[in-house]
Amino acid sequence: MARQQSTGQQSTGRPHAWASRFHGAKINLFYVPALILLIIFLVYPLISGFMISLTSWDGYNPQRLFVGVTNYGTLFRDANFRMTLVNTLIYGVGSTIIQQILGLALALMLNQKIKGRTLMRAIIYLPALVSAVIMGTMYYFIFQYQQGALNTILVALGLDRVVWFQNPHNAVLIIVLVNSFQFVGTSMIIYLAGLQGMDRSVVEAASLDGATGWKMFINITLPMLMPAFTTSVVLNLIGGLKLFDVIKVLTGGGPGYSTNSVSTYISIQYFDNQNAGYAAAMGVVLFLIIALVTTLLNKGLDKLNWQS
Amino acid sequence: MSVSAKNIDRGDIVGARQHRHGRWAIYLFLIIVCLVQLVPFWLAICQSTKPSSDMSSTLVPRLTNIQWSNFTQAVTEGGILRAILNSVIITLGATVLTCVIGAMAAYPLARRPTRGNKFVSSFILALMMIPPLSILVPLYTFLVRIGGVNSYWGPILVLATSNLPLAIFLYTAFIRSIPSSIDEAGMMDGAGPMRIFFTLILPLLKPVTATVVIMTGVGVWNEYALSSYLLTDQSMQTIAPRVASFFAAQSSNLGVGAAAALMAALPIIIAYMFLQRYFIAGMVAGAEK
Repeated sequence: MARQQSTGQQSTGRPHAWASRFHGAKINLFYVPALILLIIFLVYPLISGFMISLTSWDGYNPQRLFVGVTNYGTLFRDANFRMTLVNTLIYGVGSTIIQQILGLALALMLNQKIKGRTLMRAIIYLPALVSAVIMGTMYYFIFQYQQGALNTILVALGLDRVVWFQNPHNAVLIIVLVNSFQFVGTSMIIYLAGLQGMDRSVVEAASLDGATGWKMFINITLPMLMPAFTTSVVLNLIGGLKLFDVIKVLTGGGPGYSTNSVSTYISIQYFDNQNAGYAAAMGVVLFLIIALVTTLLNKGLDKLNWQS
Repeated sequence: MSVSAKNIDRGDIVGARQHRHGRWAIYLFLIIVCLVQLVPFWLAICQSTKPSSDMSSTLVPRLTNIQWSNFTQAVTEGGILRAILNSVIITLGATVLTCVIGAMAAYPLARRPTRGNKFVSSFILALMMIPPLSILVPLYTFLVRIGGVNSYWGPILVLATSNLPLAIFLYTAFIRSIPSSIDEAGMMDGAGPMRIFFTLILPLLKPVTATVVIMTGVGVWNEYALSSYLLTDQSMQTIAPRVASFFAAQSSNLGVGAAAALMAALPIIIAYMFLQRYFIAGMVAGAEK
């Protein structure tokens, strides 16, 4: 079957032109298992989710009442949903900014010949490897009311205990910080890889021309780090917009609904409030937001790369 | 060359004093960040060594008379060991499935770049944009219908699938870099595509497989959002959902929660210590897709 000539197909990839002569169309059977899995567990749910979003289904009743786009209308009048949308953006953008600044600074420092840098890199990256739920549980010991580290210090200083998650603004800020610190190692590693992949000859040529310190950093190092910047921003932003685990462990979305992200709000509407149709509509919106951000970001950052 | 060396030498002498100050500041900053990263682990260790009746400071661990009861309680009541076993089974299953199906799918996509196959490639890549929670409702409904909730195969199939697009992308890029003359040699010997792939190509995929194994393995091991709904039965839960539900149930007893969290974190920390190089290489390769 391998010797079967495949006619009339186009082969554009130059080095493989011959291969397509040998490998007939039957070789495409190799990706059929993957496609079957992807269609059953990703594509079908995506379509089925859209269908459910057009009903007022509670998640259990065999009857699903078609209500058109009513759920989407409700969505944009739901003050809680607007709040979760704002929170989601804060989680995404806030974490991305902190992680870029801190991650790049750490990478620049740990790229120098410093004693113990291997150990320090490993320590900084460590929390990123542990499940966010388990890290969240441990971060909780910093903020817990009765025995938490911060309140223990406050009491020792003769001050009153603080309920750290009582104020929604504080709670959102704490979630951003926890998420940023847990995953700052990821940005650091990406920037370190970028720094190590830099063209030595360009750096040497620049230093021959008398570039030092800031000048070198702004004109040479930074532009050459643009690919790493793109990678890191896309990764952090999407991670932040999808934030779920840390919120569930630290605040459970509370007080009230005030710290929910779209992801956690979906799970609450589905499992706690039995609003499957409504939750599905939010799922569709979440998918559209992530798809839009990813596409725009990749396009925008590509342009930036091109210019530098 | 000699000029630049001289320049650098002189620069060092001129900036020596400033340099030393800068170095101290850098060290201080790095040490503070490292401490911040270790604080949660430290606090968990402190909590886990104390019974809930112990009202001494939670910032220092007990060094004498350590209470192992928190750990035993986490195992007997929390079922942490069982959860670790469940995580091993589901992670192994999903990772093997992702590697085998991913590598197979990548072969025609790399070797037969027709217009149709290019479309298939970009279609698969686009699926990476679907956030797991956006399909929570339909996915959960579907798995309930086919009996995949509280089973091993349900989460294995779901989590393998969500890791497939990245795996296929990495395998495709790698197979493209393998010279086609290898396939050609196989053809000459009269081997079919199946034999060529499994006997000639597959053994060459070890480096990229290491990357895929680490990306998928760590991802599945740590997965919480979907697993916590697909696995609600305590005896079937993997560690992330198990620790979360146990911690919520034991909210008055922080020590037990801390012990459970530490035990759950340990396997991946040990793996990281031994395979650090691969973890970092895998992470970078996965990110720079």
